[in-house]
Amino acid sequence: MDFNLAGVHWLSDLLLCTQPLPVPTIPTERQFYEENKPFTCLDGSSTIPFDRVNDDYCDCRDGSDEPGTAACPNGSFHCTNAGFRPTFIPSSRINDGICDCCDTTDEYNSGATCQNTCREMGRKERESLQIMAEITKEGFLLKQQLIHEAKRGQEDKQGKLTELQGSKKGLEEKVEALRTVKETAEDPEKEAKERHLKAWEEQKELIRMEKDKTRMAEAFLELDDDADGYVSVAELQSHLELDPDSDGSLSETETQGLLGGADKVDTSTFETVWSGIKDKYLSEVSQGQSEPPAPVETPQEEESRDFVSDHDSDHYPEDYAGEEDVEDDEEDDHEEEEEEEEKVPPTVQTPEKREDDEVSMPPYDTETQSLIDAAQKARDDFDEAERALREVDDQMKNLEKEIGFDFGPSAEFAYLYSQCYELSTSEYIYRLCPFNRVSQKPKFGGSETNLGLWGQWAGPEDNLYSVMKYDHGQGCWQGPNRSTTVKLTCGKETVVTSTSEPSRCEYLMEFTTPAVCQEPASLDEVLHGHTEL
Amino acid sequence: LLKGACVTARRMDMEEKCSRANSVSGIQEMDENGVVLSLGADSQWLIVSAKPFRLDIMEGREVLLSLNSRGLLAFEHLRIRTVTSAELVLNVVCPGWLFSPTGPSSISLDFSLPGVEHVYGIPEHADSLKLKTTDGGDPYRLFNLDVFQYELFNPMALYGAIPVMLSHSAQRTMGIFWLNAAETWVDISSNTAGKTVFGQMLDYVQGSSETPQTDVRWISESGIIDVFIMLGPTPTDVFSQYSSLTGTQAFPPLSALAYHQCRWNYNDQEDVAAVDQGFDEHDIPYDFIWLDIEHTDGKRYFTWDPHKFPQPKDMLQGLVDKRRKMVTIVDPHIKVDSSYKIHNEIRSKGFYVKNKDGGDYEGWCWPGNSGYPDFTNPEMRAWWASMFAYDQYEGSMENMYTWNDMNEPSVFNGPEVTMHKDALHGNWENRDLHNLYGLYVQMATAEGLIERSGGVERPFVLTRAFFAGSQRYGAVWTGDNTAEWEHLKISIPMCLSLGLVGVSFCGADVGGFFKSPSTELLVRWYQTGAYQPFFRAHAHLDTPRREPWLFGPENTALIREAVRQRYALLPYWYQLFYHAHHSGQPVMRPLWVEYPQDTATFSMDDQFLLGEDLLVHPVTEEGGRGVTAYLPGKGEVWFDVHTFQKHNGAQNLYIPVTISSIPVFQRGGSIIPRKARVRRSSSCMEHDPYTLFVALSPKRFAQGELYIDDGHTFNFDKQKQFIHRRLSFANKALSSRNLAPGSQFITPSWIEKIVILGASKPSKATLKTPDGKENLLEFEFDASMSVLTLRKPGVNAGVDWTVVLQ
Repeated sequence: MDFNLAGVHWLSDLLLCTQPLPVPTIPTERQFYEENKPFTCLDGSSTIPFDRVNDDYCDCRDGSDEPGTAACPNGSFHCTNAGFRPTFIPSSRINDGICDCCDTTDEYNSGATCQNTCREMGRKERESLQIMAEITKEGFLLKQQLIHEAKRGQEDKQGKLTELQGSKKGLEEKVEALRTVKETAEDPEKEAKERHLKAWEEQKELIRMEKDKTRMAEAFLELDDDADGYVSVAELQSHLELDPDSDGSLSETETQGLLGGADKVDTSTFETVWSGIKDKYLSEVSQGQSEPPAPVETPQEEESRDFVSDHDSDHYPEDYAGEEDVEDDEEDDHEEEEEEEEKVPPTVQTPEKREDDEVSMPPYDTETQSLIDAAQKARDDFDEAERALREVDDQMKNLEKEIGFDFGPSAEFAYLYSQCYELSTSEYIYRLCPFNRVSQKPKFGGSETNLGLWGQWAGPEDNLYSVMKYDHGQGCWQGPNRSTTVKLTCGKETVVTSTSEPSRCEYLMEFTTPAVCQEPASLDEVLHGHTEL
Repeated sequence: LLKGACVTARRMDMEEKCSRANSVSGIQEMDENGVVLSLGADSQWLIVSAKPFRLDIMEGREVLLSLNSRGLLAFEHLRIRTVTSAELVLNVVCPGWLFSPTGPSSISLDFSLPGVEHVYGIPEHADSLKLKTTDGGDPYRLFNLDVFQYELFNPMALYGAIPVMLSHSAQRTMGIFWLNAAETWVDISSNTAGKTVFGQMLDYVQGSSETPQTDVRWISESGIIDVFIMLGPTPTDVFSQYSSLTGTQAFPPLSALAYHQCRWNYNDQEDVAAVDQGFDEHDIPYDFIWLDIEHTDGKRYFTWDPHKFPQPKDMLQGLVDKRRKMVTIVDPHIKVDSSYKIHNEIRSKGFYVKNKDGGDYEGWCWPGNSGYPDFTNPEMRAWWASMFAYDQYEGSMENMYTWNDMNEPSVFNGPEVTMHKDALHGNWENRDLHNLYGLYVQMATAEGLIERSGGVERPFVLTRAFFAGSQRYGAVWTGDNTAEWEHLKISIPMCLSLGLVGVSFCGADVGGFFKSPSTELLVRWYQTGAYQPFFRAHAHLDTPRREPWLFGPENTALIREAVRQRYALLPYWYQLFYHAHHSGQPVMRPLWVEYPQDTATFSMDDQFLLGEDLLVHPVTEEGGRGVTAYLPGKGEVWFDVHTFQKHNGAQNLYIPVTISSIPVFQRGGSIIPRKARVRRSSSCMEHDPYTLFVALSPKRFAQGELYIDDGHTFNFDKQKQFIHRRLSFANKALSSRNLAPGSQFITPSWIEKIVILGASKPSKATLKTPDGKENLLEFEFDASMSVLTLRKPGVNAGVDWTVVLQ
């Protein structure tokens, strides 16, 4: 083949003569391309002889003189695509060796062998449109139901809220009333209790004095070795513990001093001596008995310490065994540690020796007890009322939150609230809880990852409710916090159909729901209009 | 010394180059302390002095370069070593790092360059084009390393090493090629550095000025002193002298010069299809989509993840249908896994690098425990190449090419993230040839791609590590950069430095690898990358997606426009690479290469030339409202390629810019071919017509070329199947004549339009063709910009023709 000058002619021949040009293929614009009349660029920028239309050279700034060639960088080519949908493609796709128009008209001089696939594509599209139409139809019916239910639900909730507001008021009053009752009942209770306590203190004092007397008498008998009715210096001198200067010996003078300067004292004088020595005095009987304390408690204590430290050492391996997923477990670990600390049993208590372990307080008298009972009842009633009020408050808050959510123009998405939908893939179970969160859990063990919390509706302006955005999920290394975009499409069922991670830590979920199904009428039109082609 | 160089060169597989190198040709004078030898050309002499030993290369009475004038020559002789206890301790700290079994073996030599204040080259460093003095700091280090998040303006070693330094002054350009692949350090000092302009003037006025001089010292850890001095005198001469030693840039397939879309990672076949579709939906051209390591089955190269890429051929066929291509990554670390064929074969053939005890060297990399094939072994390379055969690399097809990453080599648990120096490549320690490993990986891979097509198709292989000579095997990129403005700026000096030492096919990750670029930075990076040789967007696994259409319609349009400018200019890029392949001239050039006497250009690295005809000053400032471009050449003119506005040379021109501006100027006196019909891939544009942009010089003269071949085979070389035409405008006539009479090639492409900048209005324009026909051409004349547009000459691009203006 001679490609030199003749080649160019061959090329332009083909363009200009042998090929019935696909010009002008848009019926509405055909009028502008009138053969043998000068052509004015569609933007009016210039007028050229008609033989420069489709001559493979771009003359018009808007590219309108070359609707059938690739000459204009900003031009477009119209594929009629009989049997399918007509479409425009950029001029640069004319004769580029790639079949773009299903009617093959874009590749009239590239050597590419294209099959006319319009009929097949039309059929397929009609079929899928048919299916879509059916889905949409049913989906739309379901949507009406959803809207209806949402409306009722909303009314219910509103009613419930009003109701709760009413009962809240009643409860608040009740709480206030009961608070007064409680306070009124608590005053006499307090008084009666104090009274009882005071009486008990007095009684305890009497008992103590009684005991002291008894001890004194016993000591006197003990000291009065010769039973002459007197305690003498010599008799007292054997009690070294009484040594005032603690020099290890109780001299006669010292002893005399203890006896108030006398050589011996009788029972009644002993009373004053007793008060000076009773704190130090050791009974001869108990002295004999007082062996060094048995070493029982020490091993006990050690044992208990061992127990604690054993426990500690157990604790660590457990902790480090779960290291595979340190990042995720970190917080849990902290909690565990705190718990462990609490779990550590207190060291075994050595029974304390109490001075007055002898007698416990006598029970309240019936009068006081009945006052206490009355006050307790008032307290219980008050607490219960307060709890009820809190509950109502919580319920109201939840209701208000739910009512406040944007569930779509007709609240058609309300049914998704507090529901969760799962999709299981080969590795993970993905979980979408609409208006709440998205998460991912490995199938074979491992903790759940938060892929985002409910953010907002994020569809395009004209279709805001087609996309949900969940963000501020768990952070990524050197990356953003995880987030999920949920694309909603019309379907009879509410299902998560796919998930992917197009970009690290940015998830994409596809979700079908009747709530986004469009009114089928408009779709019917599309379908109808289309079959007419 | 020079003979010694040839001996080594043979070892380096360059014997045929050596015969072309200058050799000492005769003793001129001699006394007891020295000898004067003629270098054969233009009264050039080599004076050898014995005590103290030094070499001086003279031209006439002028010393061009002295060796050992500072007496820093040092070398060790090999010996049986005895280990000191201090060394033992150090060896525990850095096992296999410090000490060779034959003892210390370092070498050093100093070079003095009188009259020189500017030295360049010795890539790879993230530093300015003009090398800095290293007084008081670390020397420039050459040691191929996988550096995590590298720092800028730092002499630290990076992924590649080319031990070639160029010196330049208004009088002369020279080069020093220190042929050594061991760890190398270069110290630079200058007697003028640090002096203020005032100080220099004072010196001058007082007559006390000493001649400016740059002193350089090279140190290598092992090997022999093996140096090539390239005497220039012009930059062009140095380029051809150096390429006579290490070869020229491989001529890439045309499509490799187009736009590449990469990301770590495109997740699966569906993702690849969706991204491909995205480019068509947004009408943005691209030629290659890339798959990073995640496409493999567990980082076993030459395999596919069975879940994500179950039908690679279907995927590749989908790209064939769009006339597009793919690159998959094949790294040189091989998973140690007895069920992995590649590993088993390498192990059974004994092809792995060995540790010092003779076992296979193993280290950690992406797949976990890995072996490292010994690419210095020719048998290993031949076997590796055979693995790219279509029946070996399952799922591969002819539109699939290769990316060699991590070939420093990267060893995650090795010293400085690379191989232990005492690892053995045959009898050689890694210490001795470390910087060559990456070159051999790319060599073997490129060879594989050639072989798989029976020697017909040109390969395309991208490498991260490189050495002197790597230009013969494909493209290089600047590694794991960061999405920051400073990294965008540094891409210019980094690629300019590589171009000066032979590697023309250079680019930086558009957008920045680490971190996420602002939209403005991404747009500016596309605009800059569109005018750099290797044009590929790439991103780290953990960054958000950044395909060009994800930032709103306005930014999509800006990126589309930048990419389209690249595609329209592909004929010129291709022609530049043809020249780089032919003559070793860099594609992307510092201004001083073309304006060697213009001292104002010597330190410039925020703008550059493509060939000699296009000057690019990309906007690399955040929020940039304007750039000041230096237009060189007294008495020359430059034309803004977008507005056709004419500007005088030898001036600093302030250009106000908007976010859509890419300041580019065409030199008056040049002719640049473009293809105005930008399509979805370069293959789709193959047969499209050309538009010629003729930018007239003040003397109304212009000259250019047009190179055409099939774009992908070696037929241009083996069968002389190409068109190479001289386009010249003189005496009001533009003509095309054959520059390569021995060649032949048929193209259906024709001349669609001729745009003459700086023209006056003719009364008529006549096209004359060899068949004697004369046709009047229609034309338009824009008087405000003096632009003459000739309508549809329609003549075939491969024939002789003349357009006469009257």
